[in-house]
Amino acid sequence: MESLLDTLGLSQSVQLLSLSPPGWGGNLLRGLANSLQIALGAFGFGLLIGLFGAYGKLYGGPILRDLLAIYTTVIRAVPELVLILILYYVGSDLINQASVAMGYGRVEISGVVAGIWVLGVVQGAYSTEVLRGAIQAIPPGQLEAARAFGMPPLMTLRRVTIPAMMSFATPGLANLWLIATKDTALLAIVGFSELTLETRQAAGSTRAYFTFFLAAGALYLIVTLFSGAIFARIEKWARRGQPSLKEGNR
Amino acid sequence: MTGWRAFMQPHRLFLMALFGGLILWCALSLRWDWLPEYAPLALEGLWRTIWILVVTTVLGFALAVPLGLAQAVGPWYLSAPAKAFCTVIRGTPLLLQIWLLYYGLGSLFPQFPWIRGSELWPYLRQAWPYAVLALTLSYAGYEGEVMRGAFASVNKGQLEAARAFGMPRLTMFRRIWLPQAIRNVLPTLGGETILQLKATPLVATITVIEIYSVSSRVRSDTFIVYEPLLLLALVYMIIAGIIAFAFKKVEDRVPDRPRRG
Repeated sequence: MESLLDTLGLSQSVQLLSLSPPGWGGNLLRGLANSLQIALGAFGFGLLIGLFGAYGKLYGGPILRDLLAIYTTVIRAVPELVLILILYYVGSDLINQASVAMGYGRVEISGVVAGIWVLGVVQGAYSTEVLRGAIQAIPPGQLEAARAFGMPPLMTLRRVTIPAMMSFATPGLANLWLIATKDTALLAIVGFSELTLETRQAAGSTRAYFTFFLAAGALYLIVTLFSGAIFARIEKWARRGQPSLKEGNR
Repeated sequence: MTGWRAFMQPHRLFLMALFGGLILWCALSLRWDWLPEYAPLALEGLWRTIWILVVTTVLGFALAVPLGLAQAVGPWYLSAPAKAFCTVIRGTPLLLQIWLLYYGLGSLFPQFPWIRGSELWPYLRQAWPYAVLALTLSYAGYEGEVMRGAFASVNKGQLEAARAFGMPRLTMFRRIWLPQAIRNVLPTLGGETILQLKATPLVATITVIEIYSVSSRVRSDTFIVYEPLLLLALVYMIIAGIIAFAFKKVEDRVPDRPRRG
């Protein structure tokens, strides 16, 4: 094994990527864990905003609808990098002012929480649109039937709307999840030690740029392919009982 | 006129007045005294942003056509690499790709004397070739996937008719296949171009001076945080609006898409 690596000239790369301290593999994996944590949190926070946003856009009053339209349009037209900076400064300013007003003095904001906040607000705009489309795609008779049976709105949401829209929303949400994982890389610019920044630090201090960037790329790719497979299963599950649209299965 | 009437509802007038007041407040009570000093630099940055956007979308699209064609109808030895390329580009963050090219290639090239001696070396020492390369490859990767679907969705009857008339393959591709494929995905292309615009500020991280990095410089020079960022967001919104408007115009000009079947 080692002679094989030697002949390929890869033994140095393997040494650099090893998990114990002379190698930087542990740092990369820690960065990956941070990235995934932020991506998961932002995706969930975005889904929450998206659900409220979709309901507001569909059933809200005219002012709420206009405000939500402004929110989704602005967020989708401005680069994520600029939004991240604006939201980061706004968020930390607000928290600091609140804590100074309450007499605590300035607080240090954890990178993970700040990352979830900024990416979540961005993701919220996209998932508002995805969920709105999915809710609109539900046959209206199903919601009317729920109402006719006297189901309270929250129970309708839990028992009818969410299960019925799952199959329409899953492809869009899968896309959003991939965007969330890739957008965590942008937090490197604000200085959070997620995978891309860890990679750059490792690469910068060892001068082995190709090794580390390719390794990080492979890690991202594994996450992407893995989540693609998981979302395919979720979609299959969400579509259970629906007739297949493929020819010949009719 | 009805569109205008629908726009002029009481609550919209109220909201507009509110936003007008907000803008007025921004203009009057925020600090804009840095603006005259940095205006020339900002214009240069704006020009470079647009230049990078146009060059990378055109080059990327030119690359996406063969990528899509290879995936849609190519033999396995063409479609497999094209598919792998698209998967890798779409599966990794653009920032990582930019840094891989800039730092990776940038540290590799000086090791070869014949590259250092070549006439391209003055360009290879700068950052923008790597920025253009990375953004082009990224656009090509995303668009290759779009074009795959576009080529596959063109009505087979049209291609058969062209073949029946004895049209050479290249003419058929140029006159029938490509125009219809592009027409089918024009709305998607508009959206992807706006996404490409939103990707351009990433090249500021490898020292290319475009509009985003001008705002960063204002921030670090004067410690004014919000004003440059708000103006920057406005600039990007205007460019995105122009792109959306232009694609809308082109979409209106092409005849209705034919029924599939």
